[in-house]
Amino acid sequence: MSESSLPAAHQQRSLQQKRIVPPNPEPVIVIDGVTKRFGDFTAVDDVSLTIDRGELFSLLGGSGCGKTTLLRMLAGFETPTKGRILIDGQDMTDVPPYARPVNMMFQSYALFPHMTVEQNIAFGLKQDGMARDAIRARVAEMLDMVELSALGPRKPHQLSGGQRQRVALARALAKRPKVLLLDEPLGALDKKLRERTQLELVNLQCQLGITFVVVTHDQEEAMTMSDRVAIMNQGRILQVDSPHAMYEFPGTRFVAEFFGSINAFEGTIAEDGLTHAVISCPDLDAPVYVNHSVPGYEGSTVWAALRPEKITLSKQPPADPARNVARGVVEDIVYLGGDSTYLVRLESGRRIRVALQNLTRAAEPEVTWDDAVWVSWRPENVVVLTS
Amino acid sequence: MKSVSRSPFLITMLAFGFAFLYLPILLLILYSFNESRLVTVWGGFSVKWYAELFQDAQILGAAKISLTVAAITATLATALGTLAGLVLVRFGRFRGRTLFSGMITAPLVMPEVVTGLSILLLFVALEQLIGWPAGRGVTTITIAHVTFTMAYVAIIVQSRLTQLDGSMEEAAMDLGARPAKAFLLVTLPIIAPALVSGWLLAFTLSLDDLVIASFAAGPDSTTLPMVVFSSVRLGVSPKINALATLLVLGATIIIIGAAWFMHRQDRDRDRAVARAMAEQKDRE
Ligand SMILES: Nc1ncnc2c1ncn2[C@@H]1O[C@H](COP(=O)(O)OP(=O)(O)OP(=O)(O)O)[C@@H](O)[C@H]1O
Ligand SMILES: [Mg+2]
Repeated sequence: MSESSLPAAHQQRSLQQKRIVPPNPEPVIVIDGVTKRFGDFTAVDDVSLTIDRGELFSLLGGSGCGKTTLLRMLAGFETPTKGRILIDGQDMTDVPPYARPVNMMFQSYALFPHMTVEQNIAFGLKQDGMARDAIRARVAEMLDMVELSALGPRKPHQLSGGQRQRVALARALAKRPKVLLLDEPLGALDKKLRERTQLELVNLQCQLGITFVVVTHDQEEAMTMSDRVAIMNQGRILQVDSPHAMYEFPGTRFVAEFFGSINAFEGTIAEDGLTHAVISCPDLDAPVYVNHSVPGYEGSTVWAALRPEKITLSKQPPADPARNVARGVVEDIVYLGGDSTYLVRLESGRRIRVALQNLTRAAEPEVTWDDAVWVSWRPENVVVLTS
Repeated sequence: MKSVSRSPFLITMLAFGFAFLYLPILLLILYSFNESRLVTVWGGFSVKWYAELFQDAQILGAAKISLTVAAITATLATALGTLAGLVLVRFGRFRGRTLFSGMITAPLVMPEVVTGLSILLLFVALEQLIGWPAGRGVTTITIAHVTFTMAYVAIIVQSRLTQLDGSMEEAAMDLGARPAKAFLLVTLPIIAPALVSGWLLAFTLSLDDLVIASFAAGPDSTTLPMVVFSSVRLGVSPKINALATLLVLGATIIIIGAAWFMHRQDRDRDRAVARAMAEQKDRE
């Protein structure tokens, strides 16, 4: 859990590769057609999902889309209106929260203000009737794990936000639950601390091998931490995939836009082949050529979508100006340090985002405001979406 | 900020305010040590009124009754008021909730005479119907006091519970505590200060009450305010000053004691933290 000079995201990615994925994924949570209504309002709408043992699973979605409600149904604080939940093969319908093999880390941390850090962590163990010495040993171990050994006698109000977050984590992990539910675990931390803590959480999850279900509304957080991500909107699950698959092969425009940013152009399929397709988009000067087969048939409406970093920008016309190009004027440049986002206004009036890495330290970028430019992309980088 | 708060005008106002509040009490304390029987003439220092006070069986008896009633009242009112406050906050919207909350808070605004009279009528009717309570005395005063002090406790507990983060009790249940245990181990300690202030308020209200007690009291259950009130009508005796001084002293000791206790707890905790930090340093 030490800090290092490497950027957090970089380390995490290498961490992800190191993770040992069990050869036969075995579901630990099965959510089977679960619906939750509050009066007339449907907060969670017919969700079915399986989460595998040892996985770091994220629920990603905008505010009010039902993430917390779904998590609370797993913890047992809400009962599904319809459907059922299995945890570790056992039907949870009639199991109260205090008897479930899961623990939750609350969005507000919900630390007990009248107890010291040690007493907070020991609380769950005491409820289990663990022996005193064993409790003391476990509490010391948990405090060591979150590097708060010195703060055991403190009360929660004597801690910083980051320290409180760790106490909440230690308390939720003390009972070694089968599944840990985390509701926006990093929401209250500042950006620097959040990045560091993401890394620590992933690290910890690897060490302990406990299944983590993380609720977040931060796309980057879900991307850097998770094995798999579920994207929710208005109570429904839109797509469940690994971060990589979600980013490179989004199923819908909503997912593509929510998980990273994207330029989507509406068009119709002009030519539909087995190994290629041509899409004509009214907003682009030239037809879009794709070197893979596309969903749909000739004449059907589709969207040709391009990630900003998969587009190139040049003042000279590209090699093949007959396809996969458009001309425009640089309207705005957003400098982000490592890279810059160029907002190019196409001749049709549409704006397209292009992300370029800042590879040199030139005082003046090669392309600047109001330059007339060509944007172009490779045929394999076009994502074709039907909705 | 500083220049505003230190203006001579405000300091004068403050002095006047405090004088208005505390000068009468200081005078009362001073005259309790007066040698003379006359309240307005200083006749030298003496503690003879205290000696007389402790020989006055009527006052001592009334004090005992008042303290007993106040202690029982405060305890019952805290228990019942807490339950009422809990129902108001936790049970969400149920049929008749508005009526229920209105009925709980009504005693706060009801004129004491009305409360006292209606309770007297109730006791009389009950006695005729079921023979209980037989006559009036400590029991009836206590019941009467519980009914009106309970409302105050309910309001205090309710406001504390509404501020409380509901996920606290959920966290306790998540960690394996059954609902009743979660309430006892987590919610109750957190709202304990509200319960203590509710208890103290009920105690003071009961100790202080003259009107309702007069309705509910019987011939051999005179409370302290009733004794004081009737003796003052016959002319103020410095004995009453001595009694009042003792009450002020008691209240002061309780307040200072509570403050000292809280301060000591804080200090102990800070020391424990400092010790732990030092140990951590040693290890590194
Ligand atoms: N007890 C309740 N009664 C009525 N409506 C509720 C209740 N709890 C949640 N809702 C509604 O259900 C919807 C989903 O709420 P939920 O808390 O699950 O959202 P969320 O995805 O966690 O959002 P956020 O990111 O803001 O925390 C919201 O529109 C909310 O108003
Ligand atoms: Mg939420």
